[in-house]
Amino acid sequence: MGKFILKYFNLIRAVIAILIGIIIGVCIIYIISKEPGVSLKSLFLGPLLSKSRFGNFIETASPIIFCGLAIAIPFQAGQFNIGAEGALFIGAVVGTAFGVSTNMPAFLHIPLVLLVAGLTGAFWGSIPGFLKAKWNTSELVISLMLNYVAYFIGLYLINFHFRDKAAGYLVSYKLPETAWLIQFIPGTRIHIGVIISLGFAVLIYYFLYHTTLGYEIRTSGFNINFARFGGINVFKVIIIAQVIGGFIAAIGGMTEVMGVHRRFNWQLSPGYGWDGVVVAIIGRNNPLLIIPSSLFLAYLRVGGKILNLLSDIPAEMITVIQSIIILLITAEAFLAGWKYRITVREAKAKEVGRT
Amino acid sequence: MSPLLKSILSPQFVFAIIRVTTPLLFAAIGVAISALSGSINIGLEGIMLVSAFFGVIISGFTGSLLLALIGGILVGIGMGALLGYFHLKLKADIIIAAIALNMFASGITVFFLYIFAHDKGTSSSITSLVFPSLQIPIIKEIPILGEIISGHNVLTYFALISVALFYYLTYKTSLGLRIRAVGQNPDAAESVGVNINRIKLYSLLLSGFFGSLGGLYLSMGYVSWFSRDMTAGRGFIAIAAAALGGNFPLGTFLGALFFGIVNAIAIYISPLNIPSEFIHSLPYFVTVVALAIYSIRLSRRKKILSEKEEI
Repeated sequence: MGKFILKYFNLIRAVIAILIGIIIGVCIIYIISKEPGVSLKSLFLGPLLSKSRFGNFIETASPIIFCGLAIAIPFQAGQFNIGAEGALFIGAVVGTAFGVSTNMPAFLHIPLVLLVAGLTGAFWGSIPGFLKAKWNTSELVISLMLNYVAYFIGLYLINFHFRDKAAGYLVSYKLPETAWLIQFIPGTRIHIGVIISLGFAVLIYYFLYHTTLGYEIRTSGFNINFARFGGINVFKVIIIAQVIGGFIAAIGGMTEVMGVHRRFNWQLSPGYGWDGVVVAIIGRNNPLLIIPSSLFLAYLRVGGKILNLLSDIPAEMITVIQSIIILLITAEAFLAGWKYRITVREAKAKEVGRT
Repeated sequence: MSPLLKSILSPQFVFAIIRVTTPLLFAAIGVAISALSGSINIGLEGIMLVSAFFGVIISGFTGSLLLALIGGILVGIGMGALLGYFHLKLKADIIIAAIALNMFASGITVFFLYIFAHDKGTSSSITSLVFPSLQIPIIKEIPILGEIISGHNVLTYFALISVALFYYLTYKTSLGLRIRAVGQNPDAAESVGVNINRIKLYSLLLSGFFGSLGGLYLSMGYVSWFSRDMTAGRGFIAIAAAALGGNFPLGTFLGALFFGIVNAIAIYISPLNIPSEFIHSLPYFVTVVALAIYSIRLSRRKKILSEKEEI
């Protein structure tokens, strides 16, 4: 038992943090809701109760997985670039602009639109990356500020150049059908982008743990001076990690546009970039663990939306729960005493066994 | 002279600069105090948000400005304490903990806004009190200068006083000395018996105090309501302002003033035929440019210094 706990300590710790977050959520519902039973049911079972809601749950997980990866790579390199939100937004805008103004067969159109979006995001990620690598400018503040800049420039582009005036509200023209990602489960909007996101997670896992550049990224994040002395080009690593992050975030935004809405319709920044921060932390920046973390968060998000519709509790409760979970997971001393006691007990047991 | 130039050269424009600088200045002082102790607080965004919210709610339900002020400040200091607890006691990374705290603030304020005001956008259904404006006798009679200096919100004057307070605290008190010592060389500070964690906690509490005033000003001075995420990145711009000023009192003031001027210009050029999206993005864009230039200069200076050392 003790050995098992020690081996999977980080996982168990994360699960306990998540449980505490959820218990706090349940308590809040009991205190505030007039019909706690209905509220709890819509939050925890809501996403499973109909096919379309289940579809919502899966399609919400997809951009969160993308953004989780986009945050995890710079985080692994020790770079606090939290610009996934901006890269996603501006990438989706420029990709949409390219998609609606070009015409070609689908086998060319889909990859090209994704590429244009991705390159825009990569460019967006390169700004804080370059500034940090070259002059040690805080990538945290720069990427945050660029989130706002991306939002306003994106809105400008849609509003003044690609706005579908027939629609009555601020949306772009519809993408031509050659740039649509297929929705392959009838009755839901689950689209190919979901599969692409899973593919990216596996790819990034391989990249980080089985390639030289991935090793350099992780080493730079672990100890930048060690990396420098070991002959790693830290300058390159800092930039590349953020460029790849921006690229992936933008692909995530673009697949959502191409698969779900088929036009750009975000009047507010969708917040996936922040969800990406959450799942990267829950999944300890491990691409494969980001998948279940994203499914978990997407489930809570959709449950929260249903809760919002069917009961008297606002969906923002989910934001509160997730912030508590992050605080507990990043708190290194949380449950450290427990781990220490088990370690000591195990060591003693070993000693006794030997003598 | 063009009408724009005329309006920018008017006393009203300078008045507007001081007005929009106020929340930035409070937040920047909060950032600078925490940065001096070596634990930079990027949670000012969240601190301002909860204080702005609870100020409005408390004043709306009790009708007491004093209670709103005390409540708002306590909530802000509480946020600082929470950050300190997680960072110093539970060993959480301060940046991630602060990001979580900002998220927490954004969620909890909208959550309670819905509970209290049944609205997820603004608190307009609750009548909030505002902090009074102050007409300074004699000075207000002076032409131009009177128009600029007199008639501001009480909190605006306190923000200016806070710069002096910040100076006094960091350079004339033992606490300030300890904060700086802990920030510059924690090992040396510890070796002479300074409790590092306690000093860092104090600096985070102070940071929460100044941040809370910035938040209260936003919802109960600048406007008279709370709206979701109304801090709009000011807590982050404040980080840039404090960095630009090297975390020195006067420097922090000038840094905040710089972004205040940019904000005021953004407000003043909005009647022109420029798409509003560009105007809104201006303060954030300028922050990127200013911070980049600042770090270029800093790294050049460091380079020169290290070259000198080699010789």
